[in-house]
Amino acid sequence: MILIMAFLIGSMYAGAIYMMMRRSIIKLVMGLIILANATNLLIFTVAGPLRRGAPPLIAEGSIVPDQLVADPLPQALILTAIVISFGVLAFAVVLIHRVYEVIGVDDMNNLKDDSE
Amino acid sequence: MSSYSLIIRTATAIMVPLLLLFSISLLIRGHDEPGGGFIAGLVASSAFSMYLFAFDADSTKKFLKVNSRILMGVGLLLAMIAGFIALAFGQEFLTAQWLYIALGNLGTLKLSTPLLFDIGVYLVVLGTVTTIIIALAKSEDA
Amino acid sequence: MMQAVLLPIALPMLAGALCMVFWFQPRLQTYLSILSAVLVMLSAVWLFALHAELGILVLQLGGWQAPFGISLVADTLAMSMVLIASIIYLGTLIFSLASQSKTSLRYGYLPLLNLMVAGVMGSFLTGDIFNLYVWFEIMLIASFGLLILGGEKAQLRGAIKYVAMNLLSSALFLTAIGLLYGMVGTLNMADVAVKLQAIEDQRLIIIVSMLFMVAFGIKAAAFPLFFWLPASYHTPAVAVSAVFAGLLTKVGVYVLFRFYTLIFTQDLDFTHHSILLWAGILTMVIGVLGAAAQMSIRRILSVHIISQIGYMLVALAIFSPLAIAGGIFYIIHNIVVKTNLFFISGIIYYQRGSYELKKLGGLYKDSPWLAIFFLLSALSLAGLPPLSGFFAKFIVISAIVAERDWWTLFFAVAVSLLTLFSMLKIWSYAFWGKKPEISEDSPMPRLTGQAYWMWVPVTFLAVTSLGMGLAAEFFFQYAQQAAYELLHPHHYIQAVLGE
Repeated sequence: MILIMAFLIGSMYAGAIYMMMRRSIIKLVMGLIILANATNLLIFTVAGPLRRGAPPLIAEGSIVPDQLVADPLPQALILTAIVISFGVLAFAVVLIHRVYEVIGVDDMNNLKDDSE
Repeated sequence: MSSYSLIIRTATAIMVPLLLLFSISLLIRGHDEPGGGFIAGLVASSAFSMYLFAFDADSTKKFLKVNSRILMGVGLLLAMIAGFIALAFGQEFLTAQWLYIALGNLGTLKLSTPLLFDIGVYLVVLGTVTTIIIALAKSEDA
Repeated sequence: MMQAVLLPIALPMLAGALCMVFWFQPRLQTYLSILSAVLVMLSAVWLFALHAELGILVLQLGGWQAPFGISLVADTLAMSMVLIASIIYLGTLIFSLASQSKTSLRYGYLPLLNLMVAGVMGSFLTGDIFNLYVWFEIMLIASFGLLILGGEKAQLRGAIKYVAMNLLSSALFLTAIGLLYGMVGTLNMADVAVKLQAIEDQRLIIIVSMLFMVAFGIKAAAFPLFFWLPASYHTPAVAVSAVFAGLLTKVGVYVLFRFYTLIFTQDLDFTHHSILLWAGILTMVIGVLGAAAQMSIRRILSVHIISQIGYMLVALAIFSPLAIAGGIFYIIHNIVVKTNLFFISGIIYYQRGSYELKKLGGLYKDSPWLAIFFLLSALSLAGLPPLSGFFAKFIVISAIVAERDWWTLFFAVAVSLLTLFSMLKIWSYAFWGKKPEISEDSPMPRLTGQAYWMWVPVTFLAVTSLGMGLAAEFFFQYAQQAAYELLHPHHYIQAVLGE
């Protein structure tokens, strides 16, 4: 399982970097989206929730959980990261939309400093 | 942007109240069951997105009644107040505070600062998403 | 009393929230923001007083003990950064009274600025790596908004590069966090530092530390990851440029200082003495050469930020008590001086309607005080006594000499001379040169408030720079105290984990 995930995450990173190095601005943002997802999958895999476990809830009255529980932190991390990347990417989409309106071409070469 | 499709309009009339109710139920059950402020906020904003598809940006703004930035601000404020309440009881910032109100036969009503925090998150998410979609729709229109 | 640690984060955030609630009342927003900035400054001073009494201040949020909850930690370095950042925060707000256009106020300049400052303060004070990521993102989203406020073509062009590089950096940061969590199962900085000692396989630690270094290197604009900075920093409104130049890259440097003294000190020869040192030297050299080629004040200053970052990285790389203290002194000095130079460029812009050196001239005759303030800041940046920059450079360079690292010494001195060259270039074109004929086609930028508001922060920061030079020993003591805390991390760890 971990091997499959490793290949999957690796190819997602590769794909994302490839997309980001294209000249199209849309593809840049798509690359960023894939990169964010690949990172979330990486946390998911590396931090260990591939192991099964009960929800980390402690029964009323006891101090420790009475069975093996899954580590809740990676899920919290991923959830937070998803929320944040959602916000940032929504901004990025609005931004490229504005850029497209103002500059009119979907090409990084038109973003040079002095291309008036 | 505005679509005059009868199907979408009819569906919107049915779906929007349902989605809004569903979002509130998600928000309230979120404390110890799946749900919570973020996902509820997304569901609520999907209701407004649907309204936007059926009508247009300006009528969505009217439908929302409040400016979506103010919604964001109020949400952030509520979330921060939820953190500060603990200070009044001499505990660390963000420590959860609970208030139990006995309602006779109906059971007990449990009110807590995490709920207040979640309502804040709900409003922030709703405000953010509606700000973005209205901005996008407006620039499409123009 | 520990709740005081919360104030520098909570106040700007509260101000940001209130500014959003009062979205349509820009005047009220301004008052609220200035009130928040003053309170943050006072709370930073309060932190210093508490620290003198209690040692390193730690606040466990929500009452969850470390390492399970999120800790906020204020040691001398963090407090100093908070204090100086609050001064910049207040200065920027006052400067904006005169310069910020009505439209930018209507589109949320103040909420964004407040939230960005909250993110900056959070990054300084947090003791948890994931929480640091969250503060970084808050800071970043707000800075995106500030960068494109106004929506000019050049701003949008710069913003794409800024956004792309910073999102890449965030993704790398998050990747490193995931790997680190997989290794040690904790993200509390103090706890990570303890647990990493028990790990036998050093190779994975080095890989993770390099990932962190690349991520923070992008934020700090270190060689070879700085390309986004010269593309974007000269584009937004001048108050925004100034606060970016003062605070944002320095947050990256601050985090490097934190991580590479507390957490990643396993293989000093590799991480510090080879990679960081050469990255620092090249950052320094490339930055100053890039600045020498520019012909617009704001661009010269923007590219110069990079060169100054190099000095800080070199100080961290040498990793001796003197060097770290020098590096901290350098960061503080640089924040003051750099922000002030941007403010001064703003005043020039509002007087002459241009940043281009060729279109400027005769400013010395027209406004001698501006010339004096510019000279104070510029010579301080270049490192002439008795200004703050001299002592900052002097300490770093004596640390280099103590290590007998002659190549580094050579580059540090050469870059210093080239800095002087760039500053004198601005001086001789803009202040001494002949006043050019005012071209009729370029419209003059209009101030929205009274011009004297721009002079308040400029005067204050120039005097601060002079004061930091004249009372260098006083400031240096604090820098040494901060360096001592950084180089003896067990104090930090003990304060957080409480054993």
